Amino acid sequence: MDFNEAAGTNPIDQTRVVGHAHDRVDGPLKVSGRATYAYEFHNEAPDAAYGYMLGAGIGKGRIEALDTAAAEAAPGVLLVLTHRNAPEQGKKGKGSARAQMASAEVRNFDDPVAFVVAESFEQAREAAHMIRVRYVTEPGRFDLVAERGNAKKPEPKGSTLADTAVGDFEAGFAAAPVQLDVTYTTPDQSHAMIEPHATLAIWHCDRLTVYTSNQMPNWAQHGLASILQMEPTDVRVISRYIGGGFGSKLFVYGDIIITAMAARKLQRPVKMALTRPQIFNHTSHRPATIQRLRIGATPDGAITAIGHEVWCGNQEGGTFETAANQTRLLYAGKHRMTSHRLAVLDLPVGNAMRAPGEAVGLMALECAVDELAERLRMDPIELRVMNDTQFDPETGPERPFSSRKFVECLRTGADRFGWAKRNPKPGQMRDGHWLIGIGVAGAIRENLTMKSAARVTLDPQGQVIVESSMTDIGTGTYTVHAQIAAEMMGVPMERVIVHMGDTDMPEAAGSGGSWGANSSGSGVYAACDKLRRVLAQKAGFNADDVVFAGGKLSQGNRSVTLESLADPQGLSVEAEIDFGDLTKRYAQASFGAHFCEVGVDLATAEVRVRRLMSVAAAGRILNPKTARSQCIGGMTMGIGAALMEQCVVDTRHGYFVNHDLAEYHVPVHADIPDMDVIFLEELDDKSSPLKAKGIGELGICGVGAAVANAVYNACGVRIRDYPLTLDKILPHLPPMV
Amino acid sequence: MLDMKNDKSTRRTVLATTSLGVAGMAFPSEGNPASAANSAFVPTSATPLPGIMVVLKVNGTEHRLTLDPRVTLLDAMREHLHLTGSKKGCDHGQCGACTMIVEGRRLISCLTLAVMHDGEAITTIEGLGEPGRLHPMQAEFLRHDGFQCGYCTPGQICSAVAMLNEIEQGIPSHVTEDMEHVAFSDTEVRERMSGNLCRCAAYPNIIAAIRAVHEGAKA
Repeated sequence: MDFNEAAGTNPIDQTRVVGHAHDRVDGPLKVSGRATYAYEFHNEAPDAAYGYMLGAGIGKGRIEALDTAAAEAAPGVLLVLTHRNAPEQGKKGKGSARAQMASAEVRNFDDPVAFVVAESFEQAREAAHMIRVRYVTEPGRFDLVAERGNAKKPEPKGSTLADTAVGDFEAGFAAAPVQLDVTYTTPDQSHAMIEPHATLAIWHCDRLTVYTSNQMPNWAQHGLASILQMEPTDVRVISRYIGGGFGSKLFVYGDIIITAMAARKLQRPVKMALTRPQIFNHTSHRPATIQRLRIGATPDGAITAIGHEVWCGNQEGGTFETAANQTRLLYAGKHRMTSHRLAVLDLPVGNAMRAPGEAVGLMALECAVDELAERLRMDPIELRVMNDTQFDPETGPERPFSSRKFVECLRTGADRFGWAKRNPKPGQMRDGHWLIGIGVAGAIRENLTMKSAARVTLDPQGQVIVESSMTDIGTGTYTVHAQIAAEMMGVPMERVIVHMGDTDMPEAAGSGGSWGANSSGSGVYAACDKLRRVLAQKAGFNADDVVFAGGKLSQGNRSVTLESLADPQGLSVEAEIDFGDLTKRYAQASFGAHFCEVGVDLATAEVRVRRLMSVAAAGRILNPKTARSQCIGGMTMGIGAALMEQCVVDTRHGYFVNHDLAEYHVPVHADIPDMDVIFLEELDDKSSPLKAKGIGELGICGVGAAVANAVYNACGVRIRDYPLTLDKILPHLPPMV
Repeated sequence: MLDMKNDKSTRRTVLATTSLGVAGMAFPSEGNPASAANSAFVPTSATPLPGIMVVLKVNGTEHRLTLDPRVTLLDAMREHLHLTGSKKGCDHGQCGACTMIVEGRRLISCLTLAVMHDGEAITTIEGLGEPGRLHPMQAEFLRHDGFQCGYCTPGQICSAVAMLNEIEQGIPSHVTEDMEHVAFSDTEVRERMSGNLCRCAAYPNIIAAIRAVHEGAKA
């Protein structure tokens, strides 16, 4: 099914099932500990051997000598794999897959040096630590600030250009009566999902099956095939449940590749999980940024020039953090520019983390807007409303937004949060030893769609079975697929069985970039639409006005039960949704606004978030229950980014020092108050047949700035270097009264 | 010895051995031949560790196991009894995903060895309830959407069940204001549950689920 024109009225609009809050269909398995994650397939491989990876202890260099004799002789050891005996591999493949232990070169800290396979986990771990490695270290580039001057203009990242320019920014900014020129920095951050990357690899002759934890099983399938020099059709990737990903598990790492190589060598299933400390340096992270914002405005608040420049770093061939991207779309202004510069760093590879680009871009932009509002003596909401645009400000009215309720988000939130009570002068509100402040920030997240297929089967019992390689990383996709099939086929959700996370099933969009439910759900829609036509024809009905409800097809006063039309072996159809050029003709994004109240301790500068509210306009909300959960998850990660999250770089030895969950701080129960999420009514008929848009990442976009703006309002201290830890705030606090 | 073909010791050469993952482990007797293999960094023994018999009463069923003494309680469940509901998130006591209820108290099962729990009664997430017959805490987690990816969830639920008992028994916490009268509050629960990380951050929903169980128990 091609999606080239705005969706008309379709069966989803009935909203008997879609659009209502539903408990997760996979929930009973998850709360009872019976959902099976990658490392847990005992029945599928009762004789699996245990692997343990030894990672490099240097940031850059090479292995000069390696003594594996003791490890090889250790009890229970079956195999010690190193660069000396690893099979020949392809260099790289889809999902950022790259060869592992292919040479003596150490590309980054915790790049694999050896992989020990033994009868038990304890034996493999012990033997791995018996391996003696002599390294030759090479000088590395580990410091973004030092390398900023060497940063180059990178190749476009997908559709995101390194540079954009409209009008004459420099002249426009120079001529602006009010000018703001500020630089913000954000640190490297880690996804820190709770399930480690893990893989079980099983070979059946020359066909490989991996049970792994991956958001994009088809990318992993192709990436693995490239590295192992196989046909993708001989690789099956299964990711039924994924214990969080947030972008980290979009990609292929050592666990998948090495486990597959070892299992092939041993002709025996092998499983392994990265240790928690290895995750931080072996896998990806969100790269640090330096961001310069220049905004020129008239005295009454109209933005005339807006420029956003970003510097970041990555390994050779790595991509850049698209932190200026949202600045192309969020506010009006005649003269505009964005630029991204990429320095080569020898730190671990940086890549996508929840809302790549916007998550950190808005932490700078939305604070800068707050700073501009203060300079203009304007209310920050009024400043944003004044500079709203209903079309792409780079191209003009010929490219309108498909839907944009940014102003409504701001207004609704202001009303519900009690914005009117805020004193614009910082440091004026006290609650005991707490200085109280309120802040706001806008949110935008680009709406992405990906082609996606699904198979729908009607079985002779009248059950509807939905299959695709889609994943549910906690996003609620199992439930959303069940809702869509139930809506389309006119059956209760209990009659729908959803299978996903298996590359033997039709290729779906996978989970990333907030494209998941909207894209793969549209694939399910397309397959159900096809099944409806087949069933109508079988029943002798005119397909166009058949009603599917109550487990029956009806036309006029004639009706037929679904099960009576299924063949004994079931009736199966497959279809794919393919998205056309509507994203080119229309600017598409989800919008929101965040409102935050913080307390700053007058004595210690500790920041506590007291209230947080997000208002979101993201098209049709398919399941308000799971969508709300995604929003509070994003909001919480936004609080983490604002106040605590930072991979600390050792710029001498080139690695992230705080590589565990005690030292890399993520928000815990005690950090998070009850939070409010409000969804505005919206249908986006240019986004998909479901009229939905992405929601999974909108929650994080802008939250950090709302927190930082609240901190400023509380105590008058503007910190432009995230996270806002108390050591940065304390020296600037007003004297205690 | 190291097989060093280009063994030039220069200032740029670093000799590194990784630290022993099992350092600090107590072994049953000094005479154990395996102890030599674990003393510092010169492991030579190829002798497997002798297994140790242990009886674990898991979810009401007695299991006799012969285990490598280094097997954690968590891995005994996951790898030996195939009870994979308890999760390994960090394997060193930082995330709480492996929380079980041992002799009535919540325990970080990755930080304790199975052989230390001989004869003890252990409840894992599987023992609390199952689909169609969920424990009230499991049911409220489902109703309040107190999870997303589900990986920290078994630990959160086991922790929450035992935590309510701690409040009931009057055990104070860091945020308890009146030590004589320990009472349920959202603040108490947030403090006491802070050892259970949830990166999907269902925190407000988890608090709502626990509150519902508390109120249901009162009613």
